[in-house]
Parts: sequence; C-alpha cells; structure tokens
Amino acid sequence: MTDTAPAKTTFTITVDGKEIEALPGELLIAAAERGGTYIPRFCYHPRMRPVGMCRMCLVEVVGPRGPQLQPSCMIPVADGMVVDTESPTVKKAQDGMLELLLVNHPLDCPVCDKGGECPLQDQTLAFGPGESRFVEEKRHWEKPIDLSSLVALDRERCIQCDRCTRFADEVAGDPLIEFMGRGAYTEVNTFPDDPFASYFSGNTVQLCPVGALTAKPYRFKARPWDLDQVESTCTSCSVGCRMAVQSSNDRVVRLLGVDVDPVNHGWLCDKGRFDFEASNSDDRLTMPLVRTGDTLTESSWGVALAKVTEALSGAKDRHGAGSIAVLGGARLTNEDAYAWSKLARTVLGTDHVDAQLGDGLPAEVVLGLPRATIDEACSADLLVLLTGDLKEELPILYLRVRGAVQDQGLRVLEISPVETGMTRYAAASVRAVPGELASAVGHDTAKALLQGAGKVVCVLGRQSVAESADAVMDAAAALLEAVPGVTFLSGLRRANVHGALDMGLAPGVLPGRISLADGREWVGSTWGELPAEPGLDAHGILTAAAEGKLQGLVLLGADPLADFPDRDLARRALAGAGTVIAIDAFLTASSRQADVVLPAAIAGEKAGSTTNLEGRVSRLNQKITPPGTARADWMIAAELASRLGGDLGFESVAHITDEIAAVAPAYVGITSAALLSSAGFDGLLTGGLHDAHHEGPPSMGRGEAVEVDAVAAHGDNPTVEVRDSSPAPDQPDPSAGSEPHGDESSTAEAEAILAGGEGDHVEAVQKSAEAGESVATRPNRPAVLRSTPTVTRRAVPAVDGYSLRLVASHKLYDDGTLVQHSPSLAPLAPGSVVRVNPADLERLGVTAGDSVRVTSSRTALTLTTQADLGVPRGVAHLAFDQPGPGAADLIDAAAPVTDVRLETI
Amino acid sequence: MARLNAQNVERAKAVIRRYPRERSATIPLLHLAQEQDGYITPEAMEHIGELVGATAAEVQGVATFYEMFKHEPVGTYLIGVCTNLSCMILGAEQVLEHTEKVLGIKAGSTTVDGMFTIEEMQCLAACGGAPCLQVNYRYFENVTDERVDGIVDALRNGRDPEGQSIPPHGTLSNITLPAPTTPADRERPEEIHPAPQGVES
Ligand code: SF4
Ligand code: SF4
Ligand code: FES
Ligand code: FES
Repeated sequence: MTDTAPAKTTFTITVDGKEIEALPGELLIAAAERGGTYIPRFCYHPRMRPVGMCRMCLVEVVGPRGPQLQPSCMIPVADGMVVDTESPTVKKAQDGMLELLLVNHPLDCPVCDKGGECPLQDQTLAFGPGESRFVEEKRHWEKPIDLSSLVALDRERCIQCDRCTRFADEVAGDPLIEFMGRGAYTEVNTFPDDPFASYFSGNTVQLCPVGALTAKPYRFKARPWDLDQVESTCTSCSVGCRMAVQSSNDRVVRLLGVDVDPVNHGWLCDKGRFDFEASNSDDRLTMPLVRTGDTLTESSWGVALAKVTEALSGAKDRHGAGSIAVLGGARLTNEDAYAWSKLARTVLGTDHVDAQLGDGLPAEVVLGLPRATIDEACSADLLVLLTGDLKEELPILYLRVRGAVQDQGLRVLEISPVETGMTRYAAASVRAVPGELASAVGHDTAKALLQGAGKVVCVLGRQSVAESADAVMDAAAALLEAVPGVTFLSGLRRANVHGALDMGLAPGVLPGRISLADGREWVGSTWGELPAEPGLDAHGILTAAAEGKLQGLVLLGADPLADFPDRDLARRALAGAGTVIAIDAFLTASSRQADVVLPAAIAGEKAGSTTNLEGRVSRLNQKITPPGTARADWMIAAELASRLGGDLGFESVAHITDEIAAVAPAYVGITSAALLSSAGFDGLLTGGLHDAHHEGPPSMGRGEAVEVDAVAAHGDNPTVEVRDSSPAPDQPDPSAGSEPHGDESSTAEAEAILAGGEGDHVEAVQKSAEAGESVATRPNRPAVLRSTPTVTRRAVPAVDGYSLRLVASHKLYDDGTLVQHSPSLAPLAPGSVVRVNPADLERLGVTAGDSVRVTSSRTALTLTTQADLGVPRGVAHLAFDQPGPGAADLIDAAAPVTDVRLETI
Repeated sequence: MARLNAQNVERAKAVIRRYPRERSATIPLLHLAQEQDGYITPEAMEHIGELVGATAAEVQGVATFYEMFKHEPVGTYLIGVCTNLSCMILGAEQVLEHTEKVLGIKAGSTTVDGMFTIEEMQCLAACGGAPCLQVNYRYFENVTDERVDGIVDALRNGRDPEGQSIPPHGTLSNITLPAPTTPADRERPEEIHPAPQGVES
C-alpha cells in the first residue's frame, strides 16, 4: 500500500447477493449478522476467541477455485468477499453437522431445562435434516454430575462446543474445567476433588448451547415458556452489570447476563447471578414489626408509622433535628435515596446522613476526584490499583481488567497490603504496610512505573477496614502529586453506594455531587430550608448514639453490627440511641434491636435507577410484587413525610427520576425518558465525567427546564452494539448474551458503528438540553464537587515485636443478608480464618490449622490459622464480615491501625 | 508413589527450561511421571500442574487425550495387538485370541503377576507387515502363534525377544539429563538430544 492510499476503513462484502459493509478484521459470521444474515453456530461467541469447533457455521466463500466451504467464525472478512449461506452445498453441510451432533445426543428435551430455549433444538428445526440415520446405541454417561456446588453437568447432552471451557480459561482465568478423553468419549470435567469453584461459574450455564450445564438454583424450577422477564441491573455490588430478571409465578427464578459494552460484556458473577434466592426466602419481612418489651411483634403499617412519626417528631421537638440520624442507603435505588435525602434534609432537618458504614472513603473526596470510566481504566497506559481485591469485591470489574491485561497488554500497578486475585496479572505488585499506603506509592518500583506512563487511571477504594480511610486518602494525594493528570475510578463496593452518595446520602453533600454550602441556594429553591451545618458521618453518628446524643436513628437497610468495622461501637450505639427504626427486607443483627422495623422491597420488586462505580445510571425494573406489605423505600419516605407534616411532592418513580435530573447537577439530562430511550440501554453517564475533561464547570448556569427528548437527540439510532441474536427473532438466545428485549440489530446499528462508534450519550443529551434551554429564574446551578484529598499523614504507631498488623478485607461471599439468605451461596462464605505468613507462624510457634487466641485492644477471639505466603511478614489477614465473631470485634474504628497478638492456646 | 520424586523434579525443571513457555513441557513431564510410576497418578498430574503453572484439570485434559498415557497400572510389558483392517484380514483375531490364551487374560487387562497387559490397537501403520503387534511400542510384524509364544517366553525369562531389547513400560530413552543414579534409571542411555522431548522409542 502506498502512502497516498490510506487503509480502507470498511470493506464491502456480498452475502447471499446482498452487499453489506464490514469492518476490517471482523469475522465473517459477525459481519453477516450485522448485515441481517444469521449464520447458525454453536461454538462461536462474540466475547470469546473463535475456535471453529462445531462446524455449524460453514458457508460457501468464493475463492480462486470457486466456492469453498469455510467456517465463517474463523475467517476474517476480505474486501469484495462473496459469500453464500444458503447454497445446496451449505444446506447439506448443515444437515450433516446437525445429524452428527445428534448422533450421541440423548434428545431428552422433555426433561431438559434448556428445552424451549435451546440453540440445538432451534437450529435443528431451522437448519437440520429432520431425521437421523443413526439407529445404534448412543454413548452413555452417568447423568448429571456436579462440577461445583452451583453447576451440574449432563455429559450426554454436551456437544463439545468449548464454550464453557473457553470461558473458564480465557475469560474467568479459572481453567478448572477441561475436555477430558478423546473422540466420542470426550467429556467436560473437573479434576477429581477439584471442583469448578470459580466466582464466574454461572456464566458457563448461560453460555452452554444445550442443556448440558445447569445451575442448581434454577434446575427444574421452570420451563422457558413459563418465564416472564424484564431487563434490569444487578445491585449486588457497584459494578452494575446488566441482566434479565426472569420470573415464574411471581417469584424470581433466574437471572441472565445481558451484554452491555461499557460494563459487563454479558457476564455476571455468581453472587450477582444467584443471590436472587434471598428474595424468595421465607425469612423475608412481610409486615412491620413493633417492639413491645423484649419482643418485636407484627403490626399494621398504620400503627408502625404512627410510632415512627411520634418518635421522630418527638425527638425533633425536644432535642432538635440534630438528634436524628439516617444511616445506610446503599441498598436503595437512586429514587429511594433521593427521597430519603430530601426527607432527612427537609422534613427531619438533619444532615446526619451517611450511606457508607465506615467501610468506605470520605464522600466529598470520592465525589470530587477527576473521574474515569471502566473503559478508560482498561485502556489506560497504567492502571493503579489502590483498592480492595477486585476479584472479591467487584468481580466483573476484575474480569474487565484481567481481560484488558491479557488481550490489550494493559499494565497494572497494584499497591496492596496482601496478595490479591489481581496480583498475578499485575506488572508490579507493591506490598504496602497497613496504614502506610502513601509510602508505597513512593516505592521505587511504583515510581518507575508511574514515571513516564501516559494516561494513568487509579481504582481507589478501601483495602482494609482495619486501618483508617486516611491512609487511602494520603495515598491518593501522593498519587496525584506524582501524576497530576491521574483520573480515578471509584472502588467502593457496596451496591448502589454511588447512587446514594450522588443523591446526597452523605454528610455535607447534596444531590448531584455538590456540597451543602455550594448547593444550599440551588437545591433549597426546590427543597426549601436545609440544615445549617454539615452533619456527622457513620462513625460520628454511631459515636453520638453511643454517647446518648441521638434520639432517633433510622437504619436504611444498614446493619452496623455486621458492616461497621467496629462492632463494639455499633453495639453501644444501638443501645444508646433513643428510638431505632430499621427499614429492611430481613431481620438482621441490628434490626433485631430496633424499636420499629418496616419491611422493604428489594431488587426485582421495585423500579428506579442505579448508579454504578463509574457514574453510569441504569434502569432497575420491577418483575415481581414485594412479599406481604413490603414496599419501596421512597414510598416509606413519602408517607413518613406527610405524617410528619411535610410533603416530598412525589407521585411516581419516574417523577422522582425527573426531579433528580432537574435538581442534581451531575444528573442533568438523565430523565426517565432518556433512561427509557434506546440511548439509555447502556446506561447514561453522569456529568461528573464530562467535568473532568473540560475546563470550568459545564453545569454552571444552566436553565431550569431540562426537558430532553432523547430520541430527538440521537436520531433514530437504536442501541449501538453488536450482539449475538438467535435464529428465532422473538426468542432471545441467552447463551449468546443477546439482549432480552428482542433483537434490535439493524442496519442503523451498523451505520452507527461505521460512522465512528458510540458517541458520549450524555454529552449529546446535554447538548440538546442546552439548545432547548429556558431562561433561568432560579439560582445558578452549582458546579459539581472538585476535590483534592487532604493529606493527613496521620501518625501510625510502630507495631511492637509481638504483634501483627491486621488487614481486614471483603470476600465475595460474606455474612451479608442476601448471601446468607441464598441457600446456594451461604455455605460458600469462607469464615474467619487468620492468614499469616508461614515464617511468622513458625516464629510464634503456631502450626498452621491450629486455633490461636487473637487479641487486640478491643477483645480476644479464638480463631484458626492458615499459612499463606500471600500475606507479608508482620501482617495478619482476616476476611471481614464472615459469620460469627471476627474482624469487627477486634477493630477500634478510632485508631489508625489495628494490631493483634496471636497466642497459642 | 505419587508426586515426582526429587530427582525427577530436577529432570522436570531441566525439561521446562528448554521451552519458551513452561506449559509446553506438560507432555514430556507426563512421560517422566509415567516412567516413575508406570502410569499417571492424579498426584503426579497435580504436581506437573504446579511445575508448569497449569491447573490439574488442564494437565488431566492433556493426559487423557493421548492413548499412551495410562491412568491405571499396566504390566511391565504392554502388548498391543493391531486388529484394524489389514491385520484383521491377515489373521489379527487369531493373534489376539492366541495371545489372550497364552497369558490367560482378556484384552484390556493385566496378568496377576503384573508382568503383561494386552491392548487391542487401531492401525499401527505397519500394514505392510500385517498382522502386527507391539511390545512397549516395539514392533513385531508378520506375527504367528509360534512367534507370540517365543516373545512371551523370552520376556518371562528375562531374555530379549527376537533380539530386541525391551525396557519396562514407561522407560524413557532420550530425555535429557541429569544423569541417572537410581536403579530404575539404569538402562536409560545418556544422550543429549537436540529436541528433547520425552518420547518413548
Ligand atoms: S458443556 Fe455445554 S458449553 Fe460446555 S462444551 Fe459441552 S455443550 Fe459446550
Ligand atoms: S460484579 Fe457486581 S454487579 Fe456484576 S453481577 Fe457481580 S455482584 Fe452483580
Ligand atoms: S465452527 Fe464456527 S460456530 Fe462453531
Ligand atoms: S491395520 Fe494393523 S498396522 Fe495397519
């Protein structure tokens, strides 16, 4: 190619006589599909490498020697390629392949979970010969065997497509299932006694094009034609994976991953996939509970709300609004959180609100840092991990980062007190001394990587709740000093914690990432009078409660006895608070101590929106009715407001969404209409990102009426993504990760891609908002927060020669209510085991596996030990929030670090 | 016997160093394990996984693909009788039947003294010398009942059948060093092979 002829950006190929445009490098099967021609396939999957295993995708490609059969999943398009997908030769090949695949297939469709949504069934019907010449005895295997406690395999049904095994190896990085044997006796299996214990195992069930892999929580629960589904977003952690919620008889029976390009690529982690079981639990609260003496007894909403009203108005009248606090909110939708934020600030008049439970980072800093998206993190020149173990805390973010390391050569600098799931993929992993993270940023290895790195993105979260958040803030400050252009992706893990913070469920912060001081006038013009001073955070609230200074404490799905790092303080707080009101779906350790418990609806039972860690707002849809009289948190807020003599002014969820878009500066344009539009399919990015890229606050001075017609803003383009689709247009093929609302692929999609990829939806939305701007009659819309972490350099005491410094971090499966009420997941919580470097164990004279007494300044516990080379010397590691006594009992939240002694008993 | 012994770990490491990627050494190391134990044990597969950075499942996937890796103990002498087309036409069934009779076992099983295992084989690519059989992968062509008797007799009595030296099943011939010191390794010739693969000759 000469200099004057630039490389072609698109190719033209002919498929069945129709010319379509294709992208260089694109596989023929994908290009044809975008062009509207579905080529049958079993092994090909757009999110995995092609392997050409099944030969179902054979088509005729014209070559120098005439048309030749070629597997379309293995050949990239070439300019001018001529393809026939319907010739008699192709038909014969398809017939042959299907007849061969069915030779050993048991055809037990009537008792197979996949029956009715099975690509093998569908494609046999659409492309198969209709009969088999095979009359011999079929190969037999023992019917289902367990690959793990979650996934069962029926080897007779397996067609050896290599999807599950490829996924385990390529995508999950857990190659624990493999093809064993050869020929007709090839089987998928695990090594004996080494089960497929991957956090991502459920994806293989969804990927399997036949009924060979089944998930135990769904096995024999429903038939596909009985299922009803909506699309929603997972809120089991803050990644916010898109999924389809499927129900039968008003019970959620299955969740399937839906492919959203900027977020989850179709994958779900097993926690997100299976913790729906909790919504069907018999332990769900269905009626309000009111305390009489030592017992909580069921009562009506009228009685319970009257009690709450009496307690809160009494507290406010007698002790002032500052005697009321609202703790929690990460479980809530944005709309719920907004309602509670408004209720607390206006009707209750308190700023003592905090959605985090001392396990996160200071809200005003997190909200104000320059932002990065997941995509930006994965395409950075260097990704710095200053956060908890991604694999344990944000599993699908781990998959994305791992994938970027494997496929795009992303370089990762990990700074962590202990080894994590990411360590083996990091270019360098620097062990930080707990409490002294900042010095690790200045470590030579870290410095060498940071120097000269172009675009640096940092995932910032809380690595250990046994050390103060100040350590993380200092490290962030050190990083900003070393690399001034660094942008941040939040690593806060809790469900919708970002939505809750964005809605102002943090002291001194108002909806849309503005401070109480900056936003007083702007938000006040809609909300009315706001509290005068910033309130207390979770630690402050619990301390105040313990000192008897709080008369009313509302727990919004918060369980401080389990989740707050310092259980002793939480205990004293619950004992010292006047009236404790818990709004929860289950009785938790904390809500058992409440005076009134109100039953709440959870994910799947209510609609709204949620904001993920990159600030992407996605829809949550309702599929089933909440049990008993449980209801959405915003309704409870609205009802309480009116009983307390106020009026939040909400009529519906959509109404709140639109009020958020109007009031919250970072949420400009994110209206209910925009979320429902095709542009909203991938979720809409909040404006904070926009700010990071532009000088000056773009949201400043915008008019009041932000009416966005998203369709107008985007033309008629449907969603921009390449998706697999199933042969039957009305039947989604979940195994291929297609969107459950049907196949929207069209030429417009292709055009959008060819026209230069996806635009920034929100920017476009905002532009159109500006165009239709009305003259402001309200105060100026304030700029979203910008912050630089303040350096505290809090003095950390030296660890004495007898002690180990504690690191307490989260595991995927913990003592959380959803996991513990999901029978399939609860047994997977690993429990509290002290992991110590073998050299330290030897020094202390402890044999690994023995029980030891672990003593901190707070208490002494008896726990078993485990030798672990991933824990550096001088450190003891405990998983946080595991069943039974554990880390929270040892930690003093006021201390910068926690030191423990291990003694043999 | 289970995991690779200390000496074989050294040999394994030497083999691994020959490859740009550690896991490329999986097959040679499986041969090492088979030489050590006579067959591939689960423990050996786990150990090999640790050595080459693969999961035990991945090693098992490889080990079960190849017929020459045995997953159960086999006799010192593995007699493979070809029963594919050419050999069948020229009397393979008779050869097999006779071998079974002489050894008193059926194809697929091992004599109680652990000396012989009979296997039915697919075409051994010696159709020109059909019917044929192999003892520990050494060829005997145009076999007759009498020659089968002779081969079995020689092996039983520690002689080389028809002049062919046949080391015990699993013995490697041209894997590189370190030099053998244990009795089990005695017969292994010391030679540096340019492309060291644990191939049985
Ligand atoms: S179990 Fe399913 S996904 Fe795995 S290879 Fe068999 S057919 Fe494919
Ligand atoms: S990574 Fe988080 S959001 Fe995604 S499926 Fe798992 S728990 Fe849900
Ligand atoms: S060979 Fe192409 S889809 Fe399987
Ligand atoms: S058929 Fe026996 S060697 Fe070919």
